[in-house]
Amino acid sequence: MDPKLLRQLNAERAARRAAILVTDLERGSDRLVREGDDVAGELREAVERGFRSGKSGVAEIDDRQMFLNVHLPPPRIVVIGAVHISQALAPMARIAGFDMAIIDPRTAFATDERFHDVTLHAEWPEDVLKEHPLDAYTALCAVTHDPKIDDYPLAAALRAGCFYVGALGSRKTHAKRVDRLKEQGLTEAEIGRIHAPIGLDIAAASPAEIAVATLAQVIEALRKRELAGGRAMRAA
Amino acid sequence: MNTEIAAADALDPLQVAENWTGAGRDVAIATVIETWGSAPRPVGSQLVIDSDGNFHGSVSGGCVEGAVIAEAADVFENGKPRMLEFGVADETAWQVGLSCGGRIKVFVERLG
Repeated sequence: MDPKLLRQLNAERAARRAAILVTDLERGSDRLVREGDDVAGELREAVERGFRSGKSGVAEIDDRQMFLNVHLPPPRIVVIGAVHISQALAPMARIAGFDMAIIDPRTAFATDERFHDVTLHAEWPEDVLKEHPLDAYTALCAVTHDPKIDDYPLAAALRAGCFYVGALGSRKTHAKRVDRLKEQGLTEAEIGRIHAPIGLDIAAASPAEIAVATLAQVIEALRKRELAGGRAMRAA
Repeated sequence: MNTEIAAADALDPLQVAENWTGAGRDVAIATVIETWGSAPRPVGSQLVIDSDGNFHGSVSGGCVEGAVIAEAADVFENGKPRMLEFGVADETAWQVGLSCGGRIKVFVERLG
């Protein structure tokens, strides 16, 4: 392996960007493919499959044995609101393999007593997201019901290309939210990416059921996500 | 938070490889490229080795690391990558087999 490629790969990983190191197993030569890079021929399909599934493996490309080592940033969920739903969602998200962080400036809600084993920020989203920016491998769930707290991170999530953006609230609440986000300069197409009301429609009633519906929708968005570069992919 | 990142970096084989090579050490990287049956570490797992036999990371649960490090000597010597296979079907299974009954293929290459 070329040490320069290794440095580039490590830089991509540190920046939470997806990359695949493709190694020719006979020659030992390798190349780095970033998500969204234009790749030609048989390699293209293998690379797209790798980015979507996150699975490394050997592929025969142009009669050569190639190993694709896929490095995806670990997916994470950022929840705005240290509410009852978040209390149920935190352990479920951990079991499903997501890192999770909760942001809520209301210190009565964001207490260590209510939340265990989850990163908790009792600060305004504006401040936390400056330190920990959102990215394409992050799902954002806004569940406070309070526009003062939810609106900023929702807009930030759409601009950062989060693979999932969901917001709690009735259709009426959401219509008002859409108007406010338009005033912030977001387009209808961007705002259309928000899942609202949040969660798959399983007629969830309790906070724990809403957490199940939300987590299922996050997983669906992750597995069916569009690759950077704009080509829509479907799970095989 | 920063200390967490630093701790994670210290455990990450590819970051270790970059640090070692930056410090002028001769480094090889072993990668699990295929597994069959029950294998202790998934495809993509990596072990970083230097020419003095220091290593970091893993390609199995400790079953075959010693053999991989020994084979890496050739890779350091002639710079050519090598493909290694370990498993119960292997004649050397008693010395360096996978007790779990699985089989793995490991690609060893020199950095640089």
